[in-house]
Amino acid sequence: MSWLPEASGHATRVDVLLAGLLLISLAVLGLVFGLMVLNIIRFRVGSGVPVSHEAVVHKSWGFEIGWTVATLVIFFALFIWAARLYVVGFQPPSGAIQIYVTGRQWMWKVQYPGGQREINALHVPLGRPVQLLMTSEDVIHDFSIPVLRIKHDVLPGRYQSLWFIATRPGSFRFYCTQFCGIGHSRMTGTLVVLSSTEYADWLDHTPASGSLATAGEMLFIHNGCSGCHVSGRYAPDAQDTSRAPSMVGLYGSLVPGPDGRPVRVDGGFLHDAILHVGPARTPQANYTTTMPSFRGVLGEDDLAALVAYIQTLSPSVPAGMGAAAVTARDGG
Amino acid sequence: MSMAPMADSANGYLWQDGTLRSWLLTTDHKRIALLYMASITAFFILGGVGAALIRLQLLVPAGAILSDETYSRMFTLHGVVMVWLFLVPSIPVTLGNFLVPLMLGARDLAFPRLNLLSWYLFVMAGMLVVYGLFRGGLETGWTFYTPLSTDYTQGHVLPVVAGVFLSGFSSIATGVNFIISIHQLRAPGMTWYRLPLMLWALYATSVIFVLATPVLSITLVLLAFEHFFHVGVFDPALGGDPLLFQHLFWFYSHPAVYIMILPGMGVISEVVSTFCHKPVFGYRFVAWSSISIASIGFLVWGHHMFVAGTSLYAAVVFSMLSFLVSVPSAIKVFNWLGTMHGGAIRLDAPMLYAMGFIGLFTVGGLTGLFLASLASDVHLTQTYFVVAHFHYIMVGGMVSAYFAGLHYWWPKITGRMYPEMWGRTAAGLLFFGFNLTFFPQFLLGYEGMPRRYATYPAQFQVLNVLSSAGASILALAYILPLVYFAWSLLRGARASDNPWQATGLEWRTSSPPPTENFAHVPVVNHDAYDYAALDQANRAASQEPPHA
Amino acid sequence: MPDDLAPYDTPQHRDETAVAGMWLFLASEVLLFGGLFLVVLVYSHTRRAGWIMGVRHTNLIIGSINTLLLLTSSAMYTLAVVAARAGRARRIIAPALGAAGLGVAFLGLKSWEWHLEFSEHLFPGAGFSISGPDAGGAQLFYSFYFLSTALHGLHMLVGIGLILWVCYRMARRRGQPVPVIPVEVVGLYWSFVDLVWILLFPVLYLVGRV
Repeated sequence: MSWLPEASGHATRVDVLLAGLLLISLAVLGLVFGLMVLNIIRFRVGSGVPVSHEAVVHKSWGFEIGWTVATLVIFFALFIWAARLYVVGFQPPSGAIQIYVTGRQWMWKVQYPGGQREINALHVPLGRPVQLLMTSEDVIHDFSIPVLRIKHDVLPGRYQSLWFIATRPGSFRFYCTQFCGIGHSRMTGTLVVLSSTEYADWLDHTPASGSLATAGEMLFIHNGCSGCHVSGRYAPDAQDTSRAPSMVGLYGSLVPGPDGRPVRVDGGFLHDAILHVGPARTPQANYTTTMPSFRGVLGEDDLAALVAYIQTLSPSVPAGMGAAAVTARDGG
Repeated sequence: MSMAPMADSANGYLWQDGTLRSWLLTTDHKRIALLYMASITAFFILGGVGAALIRLQLLVPAGAILSDETYSRMFTLHGVVMVWLFLVPSIPVTLGNFLVPLMLGARDLAFPRLNLLSWYLFVMAGMLVVYGLFRGGLETGWTFYTPLSTDYTQGHVLPVVAGVFLSGFSSIATGVNFIISIHQLRAPGMTWYRLPLMLWALYATSVIFVLATPVLSITLVLLAFEHFFHVGVFDPALGGDPLLFQHLFWFYSHPAVYIMILPGMGVISEVVSTFCHKPVFGYRFVAWSSISIASIGFLVWGHHMFVAGTSLYAAVVFSMLSFLVSVPSAIKVFNWLGTMHGGAIRLDAPMLYAMGFIGLFTVGGLTGLFLASLASDVHLTQTYFVVAHFHYIMVGGMVSAYFAGLHYWWPKITGRMYPEMWGRTAAGLLFFGFNLTFFPQFLLGYEGMPRRYATYPAQFQVLNVLSSAGASILALAYILPLVYFAWSLLRGARASDNPWQATGLEWRTSSPPPTENFAHVPVVNHDAYDYAALDQANRAASQEPPHA
Repeated sequence: MPDDLAPYDTPQHRDETAVAGMWLFLASEVLLFGGLFLVVLVYSHTRRAGWIMGVRHTNLIIGSINTLLLLTSSAMYTLAVVAARAGRARRIIAPALGAAGLGVAFLGLKSWEWHLEFSEHLFPGAGFSISGPDAGGAQLFYSFYFLSTALHGLHMLVGIGLILWVCYRMARRRGQPVPVIPVEVVGLYWSFVDLVWILLFPVLYLVGRV
């Protein structure tokens, strides 16, 4: 088990606050348990200490005022400490990179100032202030990045803001932490912190508008495909292939056809499989769930986008592979 | 006043008339307490099954047994049933119903028929909730946040919300009954500062019942209205404000947390005093701390919304008030420790549960500071840290206190003793199993694992498995008392009138008490917890010459 | 010790307890409507323009007549309470029935008003008749309007039922000493229902109209 890294100055300061709280808690806990055990040892029946029945009302005032005031002082100090940190975190510095984050059941859509878009991933440069402007298309979500120790609810109909300066390169997980329906636990993604040059490079190589595959990825999530099919990117924890076949590397691979002979998966195969037409379907018996037909649910545009997305999950297979190409390769 | 044990319990309220009709139409507060006890035990088992399935599911990162949808419905079931059908009513309607008139020296509560009505409302509420849950349930969490609960859920919102709404009226009826009884039905000589601390705690609880519950009721009406007619109240798509729902919801539900802990504190004050054979240290401070918890508790609801989008100013004010409300709780803990100092401590099962309560409640309270602090709350809220924190208060605290009270008053309620060794074993198991279940969740929360996740990243598995292992021990600690309490009803040793040598008026009548509670209305001529007077009376009764 | 009185000491003790219980219940009711008025407070500020548009569409004439009816009803019921305190059983039933009758008239007018509003498509949702940029606020107003008048109407129904129950008891107990407390307790409740309307009337019909 790896301890949670700190990826910003704010994260370090929150950890110091947490350490302070922890120390005070341990001291109080030690006091309470210590006194309890000591009292039990000294005053249990049979210990021989005589019992005093005198009412201790008059003696108690000093103690009462003492521990009330001590508690108040400690609590007030903690309050000031934590509140300062929170208030500072509220005001973004000028010149921050503004990135738009939109929550939707059950995915995060991210848009960059240059028009780049992605889903369930957020790329930011190292050491520069970044401001997230967040809203939701449906219910309340919450954008939470544990390594930065920040989170904020994402409400429909208004913008909420979070800002940070990432100080540690690497890939970290972010989550939706406001319950948003049955796909809640799949609504996670990856924060990628890149050095300035890598970031510029990444921006250059990311399509500036929604590509067909991006649209397909959204359909894949929104129509519930990702609830059963592992895709490797969406819901990164999902490894369970008992319900349905994995989509990773599926495109271009050989699967058993209805008559037992192997069939290569191509665009036409996927199209028919989604709509439940044609003979090209894998026998159902291997999986615990049955896939419904999406005929009448998805239009041809949607299907094209989905197929384009599934193609990107088999990076080694040429994207333009068509039925003819498959036949040719098989023959050769 | 009869101090001798009853030779035959045939005169007790339990066996006076054994017909089903006499039970279902009873206005005797003691019988209503038992009716309530049977109902909330059933709901506790239902909620517990939900918890068991949740812990089973989380053994494996990908989810062991349930689909995402079933899992969401399961934790909603667990939350709704445990909060509204077990924790909120638990101590007030069972032990409170049984004890308020006995502790006051009264023959019944002020409105006996209202009391019976509250039980019927509660049962109807429970049936509505169970109906909704078995029709397929709903996936909103017990917090019913809009617009998820109004426009985006496929679940059965209306029956469940209607059930919670009805259970609110049951709570209000109980609250009105307790407050008026404590004002009007005190025995001659029973001044306010002679009341047992349990009654101060129940009084404070009742104030919350009466003043906070109606706000939840109206909120649920608004929610149902929006859900049913699809018109705007809270949904931003229809012009509403979803944060307004959260404000209204937490205006009830934060005070409800104190509904769920104050009666437990009352029980602990009684138990600690009795098993130390010593008056509660700082009686007036403990009494008024209950009242101040109940009052300040109305002003801290906003600390559930530090990351929800409220203003900076509101967050700072609510954070400060949240620190303030934890001061009276700290005062109580210190006073219980002060009570132990110089007492004659006996470690019977109720006292063991009470010690467990003090320890676990302290952990729950201290981790509450992490969440009242603004900057750390931002990191920890909505994670398993919060789950662990409130379970330390609700389960470690309230359920321990409920068991402490059940064991402590069991001889009075049934006229039988429970088996002491088994009682101590169960108390130990509860403490151990509880910590194993919920302590790992603090770490999970710090690491960032969000609550209400049906699946989770593999790095969290070790702690989740530990937690599930603890839950199985916890389950054993719950089942054990169920078994030996049932056994003791038939085979337990007969209890004397005052088996623990306690001072409350309830111990001055027979075990179990007669239907009219007291043969003669008792007259109170000394403070609560006056053990010197009790010892003197015992010596006089046994004709012993007093020691010098 | 008269056991039929248990758990009370004396009849007077029992009566005091009943009145105290009703006051406490009303405190709870205040918080119930309090939550509703909080919603008003918020939306009438954040969605002011639309809210006022909603207020202007309510029927001021029916609202005013209803206010008069309810005030008169409360006054009449007070006559019944005065008669009960004076121990005159015969003088209770007539004013109490009058109060209940006015209550029924109120509900009748109210349902006619509802009927008018439904036919004008003022019930929020699809087909809501007020359009324009502030229609959302107007819808919120009408959500609140229908909910609050329904809740108040429900309280009126309960109140009328209670008054009829008092009349029935008085009629059956003719000749015996008059039990004052049921009359008084129901009076407290009826005045509360009246008071809620006194607060609802300006909120629904007046504030922002001119």
